[in-house]
Parts: sequence; C-alpha cells; structure tokens
Amino acid sequence: MTTIVATREKAGLALPLGLGLGVAGLFALSLCLGSVPIPAAEVGRALFAAETSPTAIIVQDIRLPRAILGAAVGASLGLSGAALQGLLRNPLAEPAIVGTSSSAALGAVLALYYGFAQISPLALPLFAIGGAILATVLLFALVGRDPGVLAIILAGVALSSLGGSLISVAINLSPDPHAALEIVFWMLGSLAERSMDQVWLAAPFMAAGWLMLLRAAPGLDALTLGEETAQSLGFSLSRLRALVVVGCACAVGAGVAVSGSIGFIGLVVPHLLRPLVGHRPGRLLPASALGGAALLLAADCGVRLIPSHQEFKLGVLTALIGAPFFLMLVLDARRRPGGWR
Amino acid sequence: MTGYAIRGLTVKRGDRAVLDRLDLDLSGPGVVGLIGPNGAGKTTLLKSLLGFLPPAAGEVAFAGRRIAAWNRAALACRVGYLPQGAPCAWPMTVADVVDLGRTPHRRARGAHRAADAAAVAAAMAATGVEHLSARSALDLSGGERVRVMLARALAGEPEVLLADEPVAGLDPHYQLQVMEVLRRLADAGRTVVVVLHDLTLAARFCDRVVMLNAGRLAADGPPEAVLTPGLLAEVFGVTIHVGRHADDLYVLPWGLSPPRRAAE
Repeated sequence: MTTIVATREKAGLALPLGLGLGVAGLFALSLCLGSVPIPAAEVGRALFAAETSPTAIIVQDIRLPRAILGAAVGASLGLSGAALQGLLRNPLAEPAIVGTSSSAALGAVLALYYGFAQISPLALPLFAIGGAILATVLLFALVGRDPGVLAIILAGVALSSLGGSLISVAINLSPDPHAALEIVFWMLGSLAERSMDQVWLAAPFMAAGWLMLLRAAPGLDALTLGEETAQSLGFSLSRLRALVVVGCACAVGAGVAVSGSIGFIGLVVPHLLRPLVGHRPGRLLPASALGGAALLLAADCGVRLIPSHQEFKLGVLTALIGAPFFLMLVLDARRRPGGWR
Repeated sequence: MTGYAIRGLTVKRGDRAVLDRLDLDLSGPGVVGLIGPNGAGKTTLLKSLLGFLPPAAGEVAFAGRRIAAWNRAALACRVGYLPQGAPCAWPMTVADVVDLGRTPHRRARGAHRAADAAAVAAAMAATGVEHLSARSALDLSGGERVRVMLARALAGEPEVLLADEPVAGLDPHYQLQVMEVLRRLADAGRTVVVVLHDLTLAARFCDRVVMLNAGRLAADGPPEAVLTPGLLAEVFGVTIHVGRHADDLYVLPWGLSPPRRAAE
C-alpha cells in the first residue's frame, strides 16, 4: 500500500514537471516570434539588457507582456474550467460555454466605451470581474445543485446570448462611432500589442483568483462523492461555492479584460489532463493551470506563424480547435448512461 | 461525556415537523438500528446528528457540546457518514476514493503519510475491497460500491458511524457482508447507527433498536423488546410473524393491516 502511494506520488510529480517545462519552452518560443526576426541568443540578452537598443525595446515592451499574458490568461482559463467542472461535477462546464466570458466581456465593453476606464484604469478589470460574478451566480441559480449536461448547456446558451445581446446594445448606443468595429475585433480575443501596464492591471486579480481556486481543491475532491459526503467530511458547501464562483470570476474577468474573450481552453485542457491525474478534481487544478498556459502560449505562437495578411485572432484559433472538441464531448455525454438528462 | 445527547429535537420541513420533540441518547459501543416507516424521520435524524439541518426547537449535542458549536472538520474526524446511494462523479480509483476518508484528519493535523496509508489499508481490509484498489469506482457492482464507500467512511476512523440504508438494493450475500462489517466495528468499541428496513437484519445484528414513527420515538430497546408483532403492526400497519432460528430472532412481514399511526 505504501509503495502504491509512493509510486503514485512520483507519477504525480512527473506531470507538473513536464507541463512546467512545456510552459517554459513555449514562453521562450513566444519571445522569439514576431515581425522583426531576432536570433534566440540575442532575445536572451535583450531580455535582461538596459532598455536602450531597439532589440531590447521590442523584446521587453512588446514580446514579454504578450508572453506573460499568454501564460497568465491561459492558466486562468484552464484553472477556471477545471474548478467549474469539479463544482458542477460535469466535464462540459467552461467559462465561455456557461456565459462567464461573455458577461465579463460585457462588463469590459461598458467600462471601455462609456468612459469608466478613463476615470480609472482599474475600472476595466473590475467591471469585467463584476460581469463574470453576476453570470456565475445566475448560472448556479439556473442549473441547481446537481445539473445534467442539458441544464448546463441551456443555461450557458441563455447567459451567453444575454451577454452577447447586451454587448450589441452597448455597440448600438455607444457614443464612439468607431466603437463597433473595435469591440467586435476585441471580442475575437488577442494578445497582440499589449503592454506591461496591462500585465500589472490584470495580474493581481488573476493571482487572487488562482489562490481562491487552488484553495478549493480538497473540497472539490470530496465533492466527487456528493454534497452530503463532502459536508460530512467537514466542508462547507457555501464556502466552497463562493471560492469557485469568485475565484473564476476574478481569474476569467481579469483575463477577458486584457485579452478579449478566448474560449474552449477551459474545456479542452482539463479533459485532456483528467486521466493523467487519476480523475481527481483537486489535483486537476494545478495541472490545468499549467496546461492552459501551455496551450494558450502555443496558440498565440500559432497565430503568429499562420501566414495571412492580417494576424489571425487568438480567440478564433482556440474556437477552431475547441468547438469540434466540444461537439465530441457532447456526443460522448449522450452515449453515457443517463444521456443528456 | 461521549456520544450523542438529543433533547426535545424538533426539525421542520415547511410547516410539517419531520422530527417532533425527540429525546434520545446514543453512546457507547454497539450497533443501534434505526427503523420506522418511510417518512418517519430516520434520514432527517442522521442529518441532524451531522449538523446539516438546523433544529426548529431542542438540541443535539455531541461529546457534551452543541452540534452547531462544533468546528465542521473537527466533528468530521469523530463522526463518519455513509449517505444513501453512494454517488461518485468521476472515475477515480477505489484507492483514491477510500483515501478521501482521511480528508478531515489531513485538514486537522496535516498529512501523516504513514498513518493515512495504514488507516486506508485497514479500512479496505475490513470491508474486503483490497483487490479492487486500482479499479475505477464507477465500474463496480452495487455490493462492491457500498463496501468501497463503507471503507471510505471507516478510513476516517470515526468514533461514531452513521449509515443510511447501507444494505438497500444489495443481494443477501452482500447484505450480510456489510452488516458483519458494522457488527465488527461495534465489537471494536465504536458506535454504529444504521438505518434499516430489513427487520430481520435489525434483529440479528443490532444491540439496540430505535423505532421512529411520524417523527416521534415509537420504541427504544433491545431487539426482542421492540420487534414485537403488536408494536410493528401499530407502526408499520402489517401483520408480522416473529420467530426464532437457533438463538436469533427473525421477523417476517406477512400481510397488510390497517395502519394505526402514532397517537395524534
């Protein structure tokens, strides 16, 4: 028994190590990609050089924030997807699918185009987080405690279309005539042309969200055996729900505020990693954070490598990867006993 | 002061009192069978003992302290619960599921790998599920699943185990197996409170039978005193044959008789 546990723990270390190395490699690759070709060795030097040469400015002011945001937003999305799935005990829950992302986007649009962001830059992440909290609370009110696949997808469709239509209203009524095009482009999701200011704006909220979500890990493990068992093991369900709802809202809201909406990372990553952590929802959280960071960094490298006259939007690429994946999961859920319920 | 003291406990669902001014002491080693018709308040009583349901009146105290005053995790170290149905949302291995039973101890005192592994191994041995260790908890038969969930509850080494209909839906072999595990647990000094519908199992394996009817205490005592044709006819509305096989009591529900619910 002791040896089984020991072997499991060794295996448990290999995965985060591997994922961590993957994130580090993709982070470095992301720093090396851009419209100006810079050799890898020079990128390394420019990263730590005093900021005077054009190379140092490109690497430190343009590529570094993009890579940091890629890793951080990806981690937020992967972690949030895994946590929502653990809480709802369903593999189809995901920030974009359940409407959290579009509601965060609505908050961000309101902050950007109605002047709140000019009053204080903090308005942008705060409005996005507010939108995300509202959507997640509504989601729980709609689906109840032990929702089936159908309930989650229906509630998600309802909340996403609500967020989407309110964004349309905001575009329609915006005082800025160029707003429509800008909002639509921003909604597609991108990490291009971001600055360190945006990193500093979003990072504290994302970090707070991660901490809350990681603290939910033991409770999510216990919840596998149902709400009553989780309670009898000493967990407060209301505290657990609050941790996940507010944690997801902070992480996703702050992410959406700086990157626009990027979907499906939170669906694909936990699904791929779940068998590798023995299906334990708690252990899936850190793995999904690393996996999400790796996948979004990879996708962001991808959009820079795809030849097109205008850069491919990141959210479009993740949707192209994620949507077929989502279809497959829905079909898979139908085949299981109980079906869509 | 160990065990439970229940005084004047009333629990309401809407306007209806599911438990009505209940007085009961549950302490000391032994198997306590909790019987009564559907809706008598058996599950509600277990949930009240766990502090899930706030009383409308009266109180539940464990080890001399009101249940609401207990820190959840500290109570979880001492009281184990096996709910009805034993759900499992993800295909975790049996070993991981049983290991979840150690959660309260890990939260209270941090991880003690050796102690945790020993408790998990002992619980799996006690319920005979070691050979299932690497199997997915979703690929088990009904009997296997109940024993795995029982092992999960035992892994927490609780002083008191509350089991809600653990033998429902099991074949006779598994029913006896589960009851024997509970019996051995009581013989080792723990308090086991088990909700049962099979009156013969209650007669054979329990030291004490508590019968509820419409939220009130209908009878409380050793099996011979509670499982009598007269009392059972009154509470369940059935005619019942009570006999003896070797030294053991058996109880056979035989026909319907007009129910006479507790004095209202």
